[in-house]
Amino acid sequence: MAGHSNYVPQSAAAKWLESRLPVISLVRGSFVDFPTPKNLNYWWTFGGILAVMLVAQIITGVVLVMHYTPSTGAAFNSVEHIMRDVNFGWMLRYLHANGASMFFIAVYIHIFRGMYYGSYKAPREISWILGVVIFLIMMGTAFMGYVLPWGQMSFWGATVITNLFSAIPLVGEAIRTWLWGGFAVDNPTLNRFFSLHYLLPFMIAGVVILHVWAFHTTGNNNPTGVQPKTKQDTVPFHPYYTIKDLFAIVVFMILFSWFAFYVPNYMGHPDNYIEANPLVTPAHIVPEWYFLPFYAILRAIPDKLGGVLAMFGAIAVLFVLPWLDTSKVRSGTYRPLFKQFFWIFALVCVALGYLGAMPAEPKYVFWARICTAYYFAHFLIILPLLGFLEKPKPLPASISEAVLKGGSASPAGAVSAPEIK
Amino acid sequence: MRKLIAGFRYRLNRFREDATLAHSDTAEPTRRDFLYIATGAMGAVGAGALAWPFIDQMNPDASALALASIEVDVSSVQEGQSITVKWRGKPVFVRNRTAKEVEEANSVPVGDLPDPLARNSNLPDTAEATDANRAAEGKEAWLVMVGICTHLGCVPLGQQGDYDGWFCPCHGSHYDTAGRIRKGPAPQNLLIPPYEFVSDTKVKIG
Repeated sequence: MAGHSNYVPQSAAAKWLESRLPVISLVRGSFVDFPTPKNLNYWWTFGGILAVMLVAQIITGVVLVMHYTPSTGAAFNSVEHIMRDVNFGWMLRYLHANGASMFFIAVYIHIFRGMYYGSYKAPREISWILGVVIFLIMMGTAFMGYVLPWGQMSFWGATVITNLFSAIPLVGEAIRTWLWGGFAVDNPTLNRFFSLHYLLPFMIAGVVILHVWAFHTTGNNNPTGVQPKTKQDTVPFHPYYTIKDLFAIVVFMILFSWFAFYVPNYMGHPDNYIEANPLVTPAHIVPEWYFLPFYAILRAIPDKLGGVLAMFGAIAVLFVLPWLDTSKVRSGTYRPLFKQFFWIFALVCVALGYLGAMPAEPKYVFWARICTAYYFAHFLIILPLLGFLEKPKPLPASISEAVLKGGSASPAGAVSAPEIK
Repeated sequence: MRKLIAGFRYRLNRFREDATLAHSDTAEPTRRDFLYIATGAMGAVGAGALAWPFIDQMNPDASALALASIEVDVSSVQEGQSITVKWRGKPVFVRNRTAKEVEEANSVPVGDLPDPLARNSNLPDTAEATDANRAAEGKEAWLVMVGICTHLGCVPLGQQGDYDGWFCPCHGSHYDTAGRIRKGPAPQNLLIPPYEFVSDTKVKIG
């Protein structure tokens, strides 16, 4: 990272600092002079958007904690207190709650971008795996955050998710009791979730640094999937991508603001404005929208342990994705068959989300089973086979060539052999 | 003072000799190797012992473990009615079943049930899931169960579902009139807590 900068300190103060802690050259090498492929499209701006969302969630979260009380007797009322009494409390809470949803919108786009352009393939496997780790911690953080208002959905969501662990043979019940700190979701559960909800975002921030470090070591992927070969293929990160990212961030903030200020409860659930009641389960409990595809997979399997394994397996399979995709070509742009299967997969994920929101009735369960089977088939059958069956289009000789001759058009004399680096 | 320094020098030299010995190419394990391993093992045990309080603090505390039993007056529960009471932070269903419900529960062979065990805390673990083993002793109309679905912990709704018993709205588990799982993802029959009728109208749970 630091190696990418030719920075030479000029002022006496900079020389003094740089010779003791080379932080200026580190930042310049990472975010100013860093050579970035010159053809990154707007799908690549979601990394920057995610960084902004993480910071936004931490800032709004820290100030909400100044007014929130983590206790079963007071939590629900303290959230209403934030909404009604605290100066700008309504805004801070709506920004935080909708911020979580916006965070997931951005992360799903970011993940699908990585899948389409083969960003998980060698040499970026570690960056991808760290990304999946971030996604997992994000899910844990969002789940525990949703429990804190202590509404009906908070309580029953917490009950269902912690009960997933009771499916583990032999030690499952003991683990569940340990997670609860009692014999049901109660005050000890709320307190520990609050503690962890505050901790985990900082762990995300730590893993984000490793994630960025990893792909700054290998260099960014790009829409052609072809590694930069000469200086003509890259531009410095600043000002080219700082400005492009900033523009995308502003557009994303418009969408975020629309949700937070005009339909702040659109992505929430009205039952969460009823205080938690351990004796009554709401007639139709659903998790937040960003968990729905995984919830549909859980419900598709008519066996407790099987359902839980399938749900966690749906995320675990992402860890080994770099080794399941056998094609040497990174970018979906040059893979005619993969491209079609990618969009079918994306549609199946959206369908699973829809089915997860529907009640547990036979016709929905039937389609959830079909989609669950397809989800796993995509990773375990289609991707491994495609590498052997598909004939990729010829790759451009370089990023510059692809940019100058226009996208996927195959120029005369282009290298047709898949790039193996 | 001079003596002290001399002693220190002596020890330092001993240490250096030992260190050279430990790193020599001899395949024979030295006394130093043994000490390294023993020290490392002791450190691992120490780290584990230190970790345990940080893990165990999350287990149920003394106040959660101090479970009082409750007494419930069921004199007002007529045939076909149920009440829900809270015990150990969980809902417990107490139902005075109709003759039809008892008959329905008795008409199913135990072999046809997904979970053939009674799951009754008052009976041995191997007791079969017959209606008599599920109902209160000597009072077959009465059914006392923890109202928590054995799938993922929701509270099932009474007198609903395909078997006129309980239906869990979360993931679609159907229980029959004896609280036995019949259809859906739940693996076990609804749990029967430890309880007894202390009189005709009073139930002690716990």
